[in-house]
Amino acid sequence: MSNVIEKRIELKAPVSRVWRALTDYREFGEWFRVKLDGPFVAGRVSRGQITYPGYEHIQWEAVVQTIEPERLFSFTWHPYALNPKIDYSKETPTLVEFRLEESKIGTLLLLTESGFDKIPGDRRLEAFRMNDGGWTEQMKNIEKHVGQTP
Amino acid sequence: MSDKRLSRIAAKPRPRALVFTALGDGTRLALVAKLCGGEPRSISQLTEGSKLTRQAITKHLRVLERAGFVRCVHAGRESRFQFNPEPIEGMKEYLDFVSAQWDQALARLKSFVEE
Repeated sequence: MSNVIEKRIELKAPVSRVWRALTDYREFGEWFRVKLDGPFVAGRVSRGQITYPGYEHIQWEAVVQTIEPERLFSFTWHPYALNPKIDYSKETPTLVEFRLEESKIGTLLLLTESGFDKIPGDRRLEAFRMNDGGWTEQMKNIEKHVGQTP
Repeated sequence: MSDKRLSRIAAKPRPRALVFTALGDGTRLALVAKLCGGEPRSISQLTEGSKLTRQAITKHLRVLERAGFVRCVHAGRESRFQFNPEPIEGMKEYLDFVSAQWDQALARLKSFVEE
């Protein structure tokens, strides 16, 4: 069984446009729903506040790994690190990679998230459990939003 | 993901918690491969063809047992280990959950750049 999440999505926008949406910290924050403190810099920690209603107290933190213009943007993070009492920094994070390729209709975006096999158990599940009701509710809202914004 | 599925995931946290680390090892993956046919096997049978000692194999089996991948069943004086598929289903559910979050985020990205 695979421990990697892989996504392919075709976007009707030029590679340069998608690259900006991924790597400009304000634009990233728009669709990801996080208010970041400053620009992404390779090798540096990126911090911010989640802007999703009801989750504004949650910190967003990732370490930018690679910024290879219009080709590869990657960061490591702790997905769903929602419990402020837990020090996630000691855990091995997962690696998120966005790869861009030019396609007939615009841009092919390949997303992978890997490293789940290195996540220690108990804490991860605690964070996950905290998500339970909240995420279900959030996903409904997102679906509504996406449905309204063609 | 449905409410029902999420509450099922949340209801049984502990065994699933150890799943990722339990499978992050070649020897343990090989043991799971040997056992997943369904037939219970003894430690001797599982040590056969391996360079590892009985004790080392037993240690790995205990890790798998704690994660819920194998059950120890006693047949007379001998312990046998049997495969239990449930945690694999749980791990799949967890990855499906993270995966669904990405689907939603990428859908937002799509409407953002295509506006």
